Amino acid sequence: MNIVVLVKQVPDSGADRNLRSDDNTVDRGSANNVINEMDEYAIEEALKIKEAHGGEVTILTMGPDRATESIRKALSMGPDKAVHVVDDALHGSCAVATSKVLAAALGQLNADLVICGAESTDGRVQVMPHMIAERLGVAALTGARKLTVDGADLTVERQTEEGYEVVTASTPAVVSVWDTINEPRYPSFKGIMAAKKKPVQTLSLGDLGVAPAEVGFDGATSAVVEHSKRPPRSGGEKITDEGEGGVKLVEFLATEKFV
Amino acid sequence: MSEVLVVVEATKEFGVKKVTLEMLTLARELGTPSAVVLGGAGAAEALSAKLGEYGAEKIYAAEGEEIDGYLVAPKATVVAELVKRVQPAAVLLASSQEGKEIAARLAVKLDNGILTDVVGLAADGTATQVAFAGSTIVKSKVTKGLPLVTVRPNSLNPAPAAATPAVEQLTVSVTDADKLAKVVERVAEQKGSRPELTEASVVVSGGRGVGNADNFKLVEEMADLLGGAVGASRAAVDSGYYPHQFQVGQTGKTVSPQLYVALGISGAIQHRAGMQTSKTIVAVNKDAEAPIFELADYGVVGDLFKVVPQAAEEIRKRK
Repeated sequence: MNIVVLVKQVPDSGADRNLRSDDNTVDRGSANNVINEMDEYAIEEALKIKEAHGGEVTILTMGPDRATESIRKALSMGPDKAVHVVDDALHGSCAVATSKVLAAALGQLNADLVICGAESTDGRVQVMPHMIAERLGVAALTGARKLTVDGADLTVERQTEEGYEVVTASTPAVVSVWDTINEPRYPSFKGIMAAKKKPVQTLSLGDLGVAPAEVGFDGATSAVVEHSKRPPRSGGEKITDEGEGGVKLVEFLATEKFV
Repeated sequence: MSEVLVVVEATKEFGVKKVTLEMLTLARELGTPSAVVLGGAGAAEALSAKLGEYGAEKIYAAEGEEIDGYLVAPKATVVAELVKRVQPAAVLLASSQEGKEIAARLAVKLDNGILTDVVGLAADGTATQVAFAGSTIVKSKVTKGLPLVTVRPNSLNPAPAAATPAVEQLTVSVTDADKLAKVVERVAEQKGSRPELTEASVVVSGGRGVGNADNFKLVEEMADLLGGAVGASRAAVDSGYYPHQFQVGQTGKTVSPQLYVALGISGAIQHRAGMQTSKTIVAVNKDAEAPIFELADYGVVGDLFKVVPQAAEEIRKRK
């Protein structure tokens, strides 16, 4: 099975993150840039399918030059190769334009199965799998906490508010996964060394047949008008329980009219 | 005034979800609200009274197996056709998984911008979003097409405004391409009368400090006494104390209740990302240095197995 995993480089969600003051885009320069955590689960799932059914796993990333670090990191887990869509004109692209670019790249890769994280930790927009599926005219099985592959037949358990849904489709398809689906492997030393030699193909907008005017700020379908830092919360009263902590807690809740 | 389409979120068990009432309230500021019900046969009939109570002047309904039996795509097709026909001033959907997914497909079908997790929307289409774990406030606009936004639950107080909506059944013209992902089974995993996590006005969450799955009864008891939902930190979910759909945080749900009660939660960034826009936060933790106390309006440093049962008893006494 030919599997493509979408990997996004994002600013580390464990550190301070900012938007740039000049163009309102994510400030990647000052951030510690890492693989979107949820994508590691997508990579793991792809590797498990390859191990059970054979095939090839390709990483697909759209991002600036520095995304190469995340691509090598992804490859060190075990995928075979990577495709990096990189073009200066992509800076400032909205989700709609991004899906156009990724769909164009996927069109060249002939994937049976596209796997991605359910959301990225920076935008948390959660729209990419359905946008891509819509463009490619393939099935989207999203929010999976379990994926079963039987030949061309796919079955997922989709996490919902009330429980889960069992959803089926045939390949080709896009599957997005939550972090409950597996436990991603750590790259081995051998994997890290091997990743350095794995092929990474770069594609420009020209290679994909997408015009620069369709992406970036020019092609954006939405815009950030302004942004500001929310004043940080400050802690209020803190007491140490000396036998009356529970009662005091309820007294506070009562003054706030919660009890 | 132009119509504003509100795509209804509802559950079989509880009917119209609160976020839908928030969207109707918001829609009234922007134009004339029309509710769009997408679901199984008879779905609109069951919901129409509630939708009217909050100002829906019209209800568009697309119902049946063709809509309900497949994942998201048929719903997007129906809404896209409706948008082309009625040319609404805006389209509002809930910022739930499904709401965002319908919106995603609409954006591509209509070549239209999309804004998600919106907490406010001005008449000129300027949306307010909270980004980066609640640390950044963003004002943004759709610059191509109409405002297509998903609204985060608990963004505003729903206000009733009675209307008597007429129901228009839409002719469903779902294509084969919309039927690629078939829903073969829906399994309810949680029972009981607790409110849904993202919609609840009170959330009581437990963390690693709760110690085991059995002890989560203490968290549930507190939630029930306060009329709230139960949440869990990632540490608690990863340890198997509580199911993943209740996880609050960066890789779980974002909640913004009136009251958030954190029990045995240290308050790692991962967790704070999902709850720090809560109005009032209280915390019980045995570690006085736990970062959760930096956010808490009221903190108790102590053993939650002593503090929480005492608090529960005190609430019962006061009832």
